[in-house]
Amino acid sequence: MSTINIKEGTPLKAKIPEGDLAQKWTIYKDKIRLVSPANKRNLDIIVVGTGLAGASAAASLAEMGYNVKAFAFQDSPRRAHSIAAQGGINASKNYQNDGDSDWRLFYDTIKGGDYRGREANTYRLAEVSGAIIDQAVMQGVPFARDYGGLLDNRSFGGVLVSRTFYAKGQTGQQLLLGAYSALNRQIARGKVEMYNRHEMIDLVVIDGHARGIIARNLVTGEIERHSAHAVVLGSGGYSNAYFLSTNAMGSNATAAWRAHRKGAYFANPAFVQIHPTCIPRSSEHQSKLTLMSESLRNDGRIWVPKKLEDAKALQQGKLKPTEIPEEDRDYYLERRYPAFGNLVPRDVASRAAKERCDAGFGVNKTGEAVYLDFSTAIERYGKEQAHLKGIKNPSKKLITELGEKVIEQKYGNLFQMYEKITDDNPYKTPMMIYPANHYSMGGLWVDYDLQSNLPGLFVIGEANFSDHGANRLGASALMQGLADGYFVLPYTIGDYLADYIREGKIPTDTPEFEEAEEKVKEEINFFINNKGKHSVDYFHKKLGKIMWDKAGLARNAKGLKEAIKEIQELRSQFWKDVRVPGKANEYNPELEKAGYVADFLELGELLALDALNRNESCGGHFREEYQTEEGEALRDDKNYAYAAAWEYPAKPYERFTKHVNMSDAILHKEPLIFEFVKPTTRSYK
Amino acid sequence: MKLNLKIWRQAGPNAKGRMVDYKIDGVESDMSFLEMLDLLNEKLIGKGDEPIAFDHDCREGICGMCSLFINGEAHGPDRLITTCQLHMRKFNDGDTITIEPWRANAFPVIKDLIVDRSALDRIQQAGGYISVNTSGRSVDANNIPIPKKDADMAFDAATCIGCGACVATCKNASAMLFVSAKVAQFALLPQGRVEAAKRVQDMVAAMDAEGFGSCTNTGACEVECPKGISLTNIAILNKEFLLAQTK
Amino acid sequence: MTILKTSVAKKVAMALSGLFLVVFLLLHLAINLTLIYPGKETFDAAVEFMGTNPLIQVMQPILFLGFIFHIIMGIYLEWTNRSKRSVKYVKNNQAVASSWASRNMIWTGLFVLVFLALHLFNYFVPFKTQDVSDHYALVTGLFKNPVYTLLYVLAFVLLGIHLSHGFQSAFQSLGTPREKCNKFLVCCGYIFAIVIAVGFSAVAVYFYFN
Repeated sequence: MSTINIKEGTPLKAKIPEGDLAQKWTIYKDKIRLVSPANKRNLDIIVVGTGLAGASAAASLAEMGYNVKAFAFQDSPRRAHSIAAQGGINASKNYQNDGDSDWRLFYDTIKGGDYRGREANTYRLAEVSGAIIDQAVMQGVPFARDYGGLLDNRSFGGVLVSRTFYAKGQTGQQLLLGAYSALNRQIARGKVEMYNRHEMIDLVVIDGHARGIIARNLVTGEIERHSAHAVVLGSGGYSNAYFLSTNAMGSNATAAWRAHRKGAYFANPAFVQIHPTCIPRSSEHQSKLTLMSESLRNDGRIWVPKKLEDAKALQQGKLKPTEIPEEDRDYYLERRYPAFGNLVPRDVASRAAKERCDAGFGVNKTGEAVYLDFSTAIERYGKEQAHLKGIKNPSKKLITELGEKVIEQKYGNLFQMYEKITDDNPYKTPMMIYPANHYSMGGLWVDYDLQSNLPGLFVIGEANFSDHGANRLGASALMQGLADGYFVLPYTIGDYLADYIREGKIPTDTPEFEEAEEKVKEEINFFINNKGKHSVDYFHKKLGKIMWDKAGLARNAKGLKEAIKEIQELRSQFWKDVRVPGKANEYNPELEKAGYVADFLELGELLALDALNRNESCGGHFREEYQTEEGEALRDDKNYAYAAAWEYPAKPYERFTKHVNMSDAILHKEPLIFEFVKPTTRSYK
Repeated sequence: MKLNLKIWRQAGPNAKGRMVDYKIDGVESDMSFLEMLDLLNEKLIGKGDEPIAFDHDCREGICGMCSLFINGEAHGPDRLITTCQLHMRKFNDGDTITIEPWRANAFPVIKDLIVDRSALDRIQQAGGYISVNTSGRSVDANNIPIPKKDADMAFDAATCIGCGACVATCKNASAMLFVSAKVAQFALLPQGRVEAAKRVQDMVAAMDAEGFGSCTNTGACEVECPKGISLTNIAILNKEFLLAQTK
Repeated sequence: MTILKTSVAKKVAMALSGLFLVVFLLLHLAINLTLIYPGKETFDAAVEFMGTNPLIQVMQPILFLGFIFHIIMGIYLEWTNRSKRSVKYVKNNQAVASSWASRNMIWTGLFVLVFLALHLFNYFVPFKTQDVSDHYALVTGLFKNPVYTLLYVLAFVLLGIHLSHGFQSAFQSLGTPREKCNKFLVCCGYIFAIVIAVGFSAVAVYFYFN
């Protein structure tokens, strides 16, 4: 048992409406206040981030008549990292007649999240999921179809139905381009002002309400003030705190963290998702990890050798996987979880891989890889095709050929990507995979309206914390981003804005804007003038190593305490010794990174603190002290059925002048009340 | 391995640029091309020099942010990949590699290897969408059956990542492959037919206004496209354009 | 000219004028081949027909316009397209991605234009302005000059290269369903290019040696 002193603040209320679970959203929507079309024209909204959540929100709000300013740090909204989501998007359409329903999608999601999500939010997510598919199809998103011309589905981890809609391995791309096209239409109408290559570096709070942002034009370095009646953050997650993750290089937590600094609570930072199927790291110079879609687990079987000597030989390159006979292979997921087999949820699959590799059964030179093998599927599909074509007694070669064609149809682009990166042909030899950081369930705390504790600040998509609990199921991120942006925020934001229809334009020459601009400029100048020894990446890599080793797949109190101490030290060293070349008033990627890493260095500590505070294992948060005899996560519903929302422990702009101790953060608990489902031990056996 | 790099350096949009020679050691064959540039930058920062600015983000070939004209080819010598997926095993010890930004008047240089591709966004804004508002009550997705062949072709067109390699590689700096991919995607789908005539005319007009050249069917764009977007889409655009004249 | 405002309309116009000239080339080749077989009589009759047939007389100025349009538009497009990349690449490895023919349409075209001028001066002008009594002799006589014959053969080889790209490119510009007929059209283009290049050259070479 760890003994740490956590300061506790007032508990939080999520404003969950009364009533039956299935009726909550409908009744609530009918009762919240509306803003008339004439008044919407007088209201400004800032949307930061243009991924699935941000782009869909910006487009929908502009369609409704609000004036929207949207910000993206890339050169175009189309580049947001939502684009990299591969496998699919869930919706409870029940097109496959396998008994799916809103309730089942809700139940799978809340169970998958190990009962650390909010019932009402999760049910609402399931409820609007079908509308997302309808909307996307109307926008021209080319989902996969069967020969009858109707939409096709596949299965994802943690569920027993086929409810995942997909567009080959590029579902995120297609959905983002759909939202991007809707956004483009509003840009053309003049209802959205698009600020590309701009980055939010501060939130402006006036009288306790979010009323604008300070943004940096990344091309000219100019610091700009933008005001609005509400600010929406759809700025993504914080997996890059681990340096190596499947996130894009530019993915950062800066917008969310700067809002946190200004008073918005950061909830459940310890809940990060480690994705089981990524390409293993190969060298010290690796800059990021590449995900192989979870959909591959539909057809791929995961295994390591049964014999330790085989594993040794594989690690030394003396043995090929294809030379290991069937009976010497350990399909450990099928062995441990017969009901779900290779399709157990991500956290379970990741931990199982780590368990095998820690026991010495890893299959590559680093000992950190397991096989994902398609040979069984190739044979099965090959025989099926031969039968369909009426070929009697097909040769083994023909079966393989036919089977490979089917696999190519389904996963061609993923296989190609794998081959380009590793120089291995996954049709002939099994893929090697290993878990990597992928998604963050934690984020800024929001209520049922998706509004943070700071009025006027709304947070959507991965940037908020609410819907996935302690673990997100596959193909649910796209669903949540679009649900928030298309079908939730556009309604709930009106309820807030209804109070400000007479407010008029928010001026930007107020002391609050002035102070914010001055302070962020001070920080930028500090970086430029600090003649340190080490590059930003030097510190980022060090932080990543601490995070992965001590706050990664499996955590314990000792390691977390060390992590907190080491991050604190690294942070003071960073402020002393970081070197940022170039100038402030020009395109300066190193300066951008310096800001990101400064924020990650604080967030990382808070993550470790949150993990240390949570004396239980749940979902992606696995504390070694709390596990069953079989090594499964052991939850503590009596003491930890709450969302932990943390308040920043210092004044907003102190960090480069004095040491800020993140461990002084104040904990606000939002109790999780399960009215409709009874938390049970998650079992995928 | 050791490499000789010739890299375009340009301080800003209006500055004069030039090719600068760099020598780099310690490059591993497992590195991606951008990781090799990371390594170079780390060394430059260590020496107190300014690192080389280049666009990149997802580093898995899907965001379309990375660019680079490597040894005379968009996204380098390999096929069907972006620069971030190009690995150093494609090069040999002692090679000289020339690295330039995308060149087109419609893509002005911002800094070093970074160019401004916002012209592509503006073309999309001119008509690269289906005019449908967000509504939880649109028709059920399966009310619009679409023949698999059309859906697959639309998908293939829609996989364009908007990187601009087609423009960079085209001798005329034409954006036809990019524009046609969007036109074709929607032209192939029943939802997109309603606005098809207006869309193709508006998008072509926007493309011309942005200062891209015209297509002379050399086919280089298709070869260099990291996503293998087919020239078929250009034929579809041409057909749609002709059809639109009759409307 | 508003109809030709957009780049796509311009290339459609290039395609249509090009295909029109393709038809003319076929007709011209057919007449030329009569020089070898069946021979003088048929050739003279054909010349007579070309000089007097009312339809041909109507088509002649249109053909001229077609030529002039194709040439001017070609030069204009090349000139504007070149201006779209003011800063050139230091290293540009174009050959790996596109054919020489497709990249050099302007040069093959311009050489053919130079030859066309020579051809008009040598044959068409006398044909129209003077009272040429023996067309057969005039034509075959020109091929006794080795320089002229060489130039002639070179021009048609280059025209063949021009056509090898131009033929299929024209159909692409007109939006023919590529997935269905591209292979066929490319094939036709090559065959046509070879027929034109070999056909015209054969006549020249035949009379040079006979």
